Amino acid sequence: MTSALSITRSVAPPRAAFLDFPLGHTTGKKNQPEAQKRLLKNALGAFDELQRPGEIKFLNERWSDDETWREKPMAKAETGSGEPKGDFRTPRLETPQYQYPADQKEAEHQHRNGGCGSCVGAE
Amino acid sequence: MTEAKLAEPVDYIAETRATYDSLGYPPYQWVKSEGQPPWTPVQTRLEEASVALIASGGIYQRGQHAFHFKDDASYRVIDTSVSCDDLRVTHFAYDVSDARTDPNVVFPLDTLRSLVAENSLGAITPQAFTFMGGIYSARKVRDELAPALVQRVADQRPDIALLVPV
Repeated sequence: MTSALSITRSVAPPRAAFLDFPLGHTTGKKNQPEAQKRLLKNALGAFDELQRPGEIKFLNERWSDDETWREKPMAKAETGSGEPKGDFRTPRLETPQYQYPADQKEAEHQHRNGGCGSCVGAE
Repeated sequence: MTEAKLAEPVDYIAETRATYDSLGYPPYQWVKSEGQPPWTPVQTRLEEASVALIASGGIYQRGQHAFHFKDDASYRVIDTSVSCDDLRVTHFAYDVSDARTDPNVVFPLDTLRSLVAENSLGAITPQAFTFMGGIYSARKVRDELAPALVQRVADQRPDIALLVPV
Protein backbone atom coordinates (compact mmCIF):
# COMPACT_ATOMS: atom_id res chain seq x y z
CA MET A 1 0.00 0.00 0.00
CA THR A 2 1.17 3.51 -0.65
CA SER A 3 0.18 7.13 -0.21
CA ALA A 4 3.06 8.50 -2.29
CA LEU A 5 2.04 7.88 -5.89
CA SER A 6 4.99 9.45 -7.68
CA ILE A 7 7.53 7.53 -5.57
CA THR A 8 5.67 4.26 -6.07
CA ARG A 9 5.57 4.80 -9.83
CA SER A 10 9.31 5.44 -9.81
CA VAL A 11 10.13 2.36 -7.71
CA ALA A 12 7.59 0.29 -9.68
CA PRO A 13 6.67 -2.64 -7.42
CA PRO A 14 4.84 -5.57 -9.05
CA ARG A 15 1.49 -4.50 -7.53
CA ALA A 16 0.36 -1.53 -5.47
CA ALA A 17 -2.75 -0.05 -3.92
CA PHE A 18 -2.77 3.74 -3.64
CA LEU A 19 -4.58 5.54 -0.83
CA ASP A 20 -4.57 9.34 -1.22
CA PHE A 21 -4.09 10.17 2.46
CA PRO A 22 -1.42 12.34 4.16
CA LEU A 23 1.91 10.68 4.94
CA GLY A 24 1.74 8.65 8.12
CA HIS A 25 -1.68 7.14 7.32
CA THR A 26 -0.78 4.58 4.68
CA THR A 27 -3.38 2.12 5.99
CA GLY A 28 -6.05 4.47 7.29
CA LYS A 29 -7.10 6.97 9.94
CA LYS A 30 -6.34 6.41 13.59
CA ASN A 31 -8.85 4.69 15.86
CA GLN A 32 -11.18 3.71 13.04
CA PRO A 33 -10.83 -0.07 13.01
CA GLU A 34 -13.84 -0.73 10.78
CA ALA A 35 -12.71 1.80 8.18
CA GLN A 36 -9.14 0.45 8.40
CA LYS A 37 -10.47 -3.05 7.77
CA ARG A 38 -12.53 -1.96 4.80
CA LEU A 39 -9.54 -0.15 3.31
CA LEU A 40 -7.11 -3.01 3.81
CA LYS A 41 -9.55 -5.59 2.44
CA ASN A 42 -10.01 -3.40 -0.59
CA ALA A 43 -6.23 -3.03 -0.97
CA LEU A 44 -5.59 -6.76 -0.62
CA GLY A 45 -8.15 -7.27 -3.37
CA ALA A 46 -5.36 -6.05 -5.67
CA PHE A 47 -3.80 -9.52 -5.38
CA ASP A 48 -6.85 -10.94 -7.16
CA GLU A 49 -7.62 -8.06 -9.46
CA LEU A 50 -4.33 -6.78 -10.85
CA GLN A 51 -2.98 -8.80 -13.75
CA ARG A 52 -0.28 -6.57 -15.26
CA PRO A 53 3.13 -6.04 -13.65
CA GLY A 54 3.39 -2.51 -12.25
CA GLU A 55 -0.34 -1.87 -12.16
CA ILE A 56 -1.70 0.31 -9.34
CA LYS A 57 -5.13 -0.02 -7.78
CA PHE A 58 -6.61 3.34 -6.70
CA LEU A 59 -8.57 3.14 -3.48
CA ASN A 60 -11.57 5.40 -3.71
CA GLU A 61 -11.39 7.15 -0.34
CA ARG A 62 -10.93 10.81 0.56
CA TRP A 63 -9.11 12.04 3.65
CA SER A 64 -11.54 14.93 4.16
CA ASP A 65 -13.99 17.13 2.30
CA ASP A 66 -11.48 19.95 2.13
CA GLU A 67 -8.05 19.54 0.59
CA THR A 68 -5.98 21.80 2.85
CA TRP A 69 -3.74 18.92 3.96
CA ARG A 70 -2.13 18.98 0.50
CA GLU A 71 -0.90 22.57 0.80
CA LYS A 72 2.32 22.05 2.78
CA PRO A 73 2.73 18.28 2.83
CA MET A 74 6.48 18.20 3.48
CA ALA A 75 6.40 20.83 6.23
CA LYS A 76 3.65 18.87 7.89
CA ALA A 77 5.59 15.68 7.40
CA GLU A 78 8.82 16.89 8.89
CA THR A 79 7.76 19.27 11.63
CA GLY A 80 4.36 17.99 12.66
CA SER A 81 2.63 21.19 11.58
CA GLY A 82 3.09 24.75 10.44
CA GLU A 83 5.26 26.58 7.98
CA PRO A 84 8.76 25.58 7.05
CA LYS A 85 11.43 27.98 8.30
CA GLY A 86 14.78 27.54 6.61
CA ASP A 87 16.03 24.01 7.05
CA PHE A 88 13.06 22.61 8.94
CA ARG A 89 14.13 19.01 8.61
CA THR A 90 14.71 16.91 11.68
CA PRO A 91 18.42 16.44 12.46
CA ARG A 92 19.79 13.05 11.44
CA LEU A 93 20.61 11.93 14.97
CA GLU A 94 22.89 8.91 15.24
CA THR A 95 21.57 7.57 18.54
CA PRO A 96 18.35 5.55 18.97
CA GLN A 97 15.33 7.86 19.16
CA TYR A 98 12.96 6.30 21.65
CA GLN A 99 9.29 7.24 21.84
CA TYR A 100 9.48 7.23 25.64
CA PRO A 101 12.55 7.52 27.89
CA ALA A 102 11.32 4.37 29.67
CA ASP A 103 11.71 2.47 26.38
CA GLN A 104 15.45 3.09 26.48
CA LYS A 105 15.78 1.73 30.01
CA GLU A 106 13.71 -1.30 29.09
CA ALA A 107 15.76 -1.95 25.96
CA GLU A 108 19.02 -1.65 27.88
CA HIS A 109 17.68 -4.06 30.49
CA GLN A 110 16.53 -6.53 27.85
CA HIS A 111 19.94 -6.41 26.17
CA ARG A 112 22.07 -6.54 29.32
CA ASN A 113 23.15 -10.07 28.47
CA GLY A 114 23.78 -9.39 24.78
CA GLY A 115 21.71 -9.41 21.62
CA CYS A 116 18.00 -10.27 21.64
CA GLY A 117 17.99 -11.53 18.06
CA SER A 118 15.10 -9.27 17.05
CA CYS A 119 17.00 -5.97 16.71
CA VAL A 120 18.95 -7.04 13.68
CA GLY A 121 21.76 -4.67 12.76
CA ALA A 122 21.33 -2.63 15.94
CA GLU A 123 23.24 -4.89 18.33
CA MET B 1 -24.55 20.76 -9.54
CA THR B 2 -21.18 20.22 -11.03
CA GLU B 3 -18.99 17.53 -9.66
CA ALA B 4 -16.07 18.85 -7.61
CA LYS B 5 -12.76 18.32 -9.35
CA LEU B 6 -10.71 15.71 -7.57
CA ALA B 7 -7.39 17.07 -6.34
CA GLU B 8 -4.20 15.64 -7.77
CA PRO B 9 -2.13 13.37 -5.50
CA VAL B 10 0.78 15.17 -3.81
CA ASP B 11 3.95 14.71 -5.86
CA TYR B 12 6.46 14.00 -3.10
CA ILE B 13 9.35 13.72 -5.53
CA ALA B 14 8.71 17.26 -6.76
CA GLU B 15 8.14 18.48 -3.19
CA THR B 16 11.44 17.01 -2.03
CA ARG B 17 13.22 18.50 -5.02
CA ALA B 18 11.80 21.94 -4.22
CA THR B 19 12.87 21.66 -0.58
CA TYR B 20 16.41 20.65 -1.54
CA ASP B 21 16.59 23.43 -4.13
CA SER B 22 15.52 26.02 -1.57
CA LEU B 23 18.31 24.85 0.75
CA GLY B 24 20.91 24.88 -2.00
CA TYR B 25 21.38 21.11 -1.97
CA PRO B 26 21.79 18.96 -5.07
CA PRO B 27 18.63 17.07 -6.04
CA TYR B 28 17.97 13.79 -4.25
CA GLN B 29 18.32 10.82 -6.56
CA TRP B 30 15.13 8.79 -6.17
CA VAL B 31 15.22 5.14 -7.07
CA LYS B 32 13.93 4.63 -10.58
CA SER B 33 13.37 1.05 -11.63
CA GLU B 34 13.85 0.29 -15.30
CA GLY B 35 12.08 -2.42 -17.23
CA GLN B 36 9.03 -4.44 -16.32
CA PRO B 37 8.53 -5.22 -12.63
CA PRO B 38 8.92 -8.87 -11.63
CA TRP B 39 5.68 -10.78 -11.44
CA THR B 40 4.69 -13.86 -9.46
CA PRO B 41 1.09 -15.03 -9.87
CA VAL B 42 -0.79 -15.48 -6.60
CA GLN B 43 -1.58 -19.17 -6.21
CA THR B 44 -3.77 -19.04 -3.14
CA ARG B 45 -7.16 -17.48 -2.49
CA LEU B 46 -6.97 -14.59 -0.04
CA GLU B 47 -9.27 -16.48 2.33
CA GLU B 48 -6.56 -19.12 2.62
CA ALA B 49 -3.46 -17.01 2.11
CA SER B 50 -0.82 -16.38 4.72
CA VAL B 51 0.39 -12.77 4.66
CA ALA B 52 3.74 -11.37 5.74
CA LEU B 53 3.74 -7.76 6.91
CA ILE B 54 6.75 -5.50 6.25
CA ALA B 55 6.57 -1.84 7.23
CA SER B 56 8.99 1.07 6.95
CA GLY B 57 7.35 3.47 9.41
CA GLY B 58 9.91 3.10 12.22
CA ILE B 59 7.93 0.69 14.41
CA TYR B 60 9.66 -1.09 17.26
CA GLN B 61 8.44 -3.12 20.16
CA ARG B 62 8.91 -2.31 23.84
CA GLY B 63 12.19 -3.86 24.91
CA GLN B 64 13.75 -3.44 21.46
CA HIS B 65 16.21 -0.76 20.43
CA ALA B 66 14.66 2.24 18.72
CA PHE B 67 15.86 3.34 15.28
CA HIS B 68 18.26 6.21 14.82
CA PHE B 69 17.98 8.82 12.07
CA LYS B 70 21.29 8.51 10.22
CA ASP B 71 20.89 5.93 7.45
CA ASP B 72 19.74 3.23 9.89
CA ALA B 73 19.55 0.05 7.82
CA SER B 74 18.75 -2.21 10.78
CA TYR B 75 15.42 -3.97 11.12
CA ARG B 76 13.21 -5.34 13.88
CA VAL B 77 11.52 -8.71 14.08
CA ILE B 78 8.02 -8.26 15.51
CA ASP B 79 6.17 -11.25 16.94
CA THR B 80 2.72 -10.88 15.36
CA SER B 81 1.01 -12.00 18.57
CA VAL B 82 2.16 -8.71 20.17
CA SER B 83 -0.35 -6.26 21.58
CA CYS B 84 -0.34 -2.97 19.65
CA ASP B 85 -0.09 -1.27 23.06
CA ASP B 86 3.50 -2.53 23.13
CA LEU B 87 4.42 -1.00 19.78
CA ARG B 88 6.31 2.28 19.47
CA VAL B 89 7.02 4.56 16.50
CA THR B 90 10.03 6.70 15.68
CA HIS B 91 10.80 8.38 12.35
CA PHE B 92 12.17 11.76 11.24
CA ALA B 93 10.33 12.23 7.98
CA TYR B 94 6.64 12.11 8.79
CA ASP B 95 4.31 13.28 11.54
CA VAL B 96 4.24 10.24 13.83
CA SER B 97 1.59 11.54 16.24
CA ASP B 98 -1.30 9.50 14.82
CA ALA B 99 0.88 6.40 14.42
CA ARG B 100 1.84 6.69 18.10
CA THR B 101 -1.82 6.85 19.03
CA ASP B 102 -2.77 3.95 16.77
CA PRO B 103 0.09 2.00 15.11
CA ASN B 104 -2.43 0.42 12.73
CA VAL B 105 -2.22 3.53 10.53
CA VAL B 106 1.24 2.42 9.38
CA PHE B 107 1.46 -1.13 10.74
CA PRO B 108 -1.96 -2.74 10.29
CA LEU B 109 -1.54 -5.68 12.62
CA ASP B 110 -4.89 -5.48 14.41
CA THR B 111 -6.48 -4.85 11.02
CA LEU B 112 -4.97 -8.02 9.57
CA ARG B 113 -6.04 -9.94 12.66
CA SER B 114 -9.62 -8.78 12.20
CA LEU B 115 -9.55 -9.87 8.54
CA VAL B 116 -8.32 -13.29 9.64
CA ALA B 117 -11.02 -13.44 12.33
CA GLU B 118 -13.77 -12.85 9.76
CA ASN B 119 -12.18 -15.37 7.34
CA SER B 120 -11.36 -12.78 4.69
CA LEU B 121 -7.70 -13.73 5.03
CA GLY B 122 -6.02 -17.02 5.90
CA ALA B 123 -3.31 -16.15 8.41
CA ILE B 124 -0.55 -13.77 9.41
CA THR B 125 2.97 -15.15 9.48
CA PRO B 126 4.44 -15.53 13.02
CA GLN B 127 6.92 -12.72 12.41
CA ALA B 128 6.57 -9.30 10.82
CA PHE B 129 9.49 -7.01 9.91
CA THR B 130 9.95 -3.30 10.40
CA PHE B 131 12.56 -0.71 9.59
CA MET B 132 12.92 3.05 9.46
CA GLY B 133 12.53 4.04 5.86
CA GLY B 134 14.39 7.34 5.92
CA ILE B 135 17.54 5.78 4.52
CA TYR B 136 19.28 8.07 2.07
CA SER B 137 21.56 5.42 0.63
CA ALA B 138 19.63 3.45 -1.98
CA ARG B 139 22.71 1.23 -2.28
CA LYS B 140 22.52 0.31 1.39
CA VAL B 141 18.88 -0.68 0.99
CA ARG B 142 19.42 -2.57 -2.26
CA ASP B 143 22.58 -4.44 -1.21
CA GLU B 144 22.06 -4.94 2.54
CA LEU B 145 18.60 -4.37 3.97
CA ALA B 146 16.39 -5.64 1.14
CA PRO B 147 18.19 -8.99 0.63
CA ALA B 148 18.15 -9.64 4.39
CA LEU B 149 14.44 -8.92 4.57
CA VAL B 150 13.68 -11.02 1.50
CA GLN B 151 15.35 -13.99 3.18
CA ARG B 152 13.58 -13.43 6.50
CA VAL B 153 10.20 -13.07 4.78
CA ALA B 154 10.78 -16.16 2.63
CA ASP B 155 11.61 -18.13 5.80
CA GLN B 156 8.08 -17.34 7.01
CA ARG B 157 6.71 -19.08 3.90
CA PRO B 158 3.94 -16.56 3.20
CA ASP B 159 1.64 -16.72 0.17
CA ILE B 160 1.62 -12.94 -0.14
CA ALA B 161 3.61 -10.04 1.31
CA LEU B 162 2.14 -6.68 2.27
CA LEU B 163 4.60 -3.77 2.24
CA VAL B 164 3.53 -0.62 4.06
CA PRO B 165 5.89 2.27 3.34
CA VAL B 166 5.47 5.76 4.73
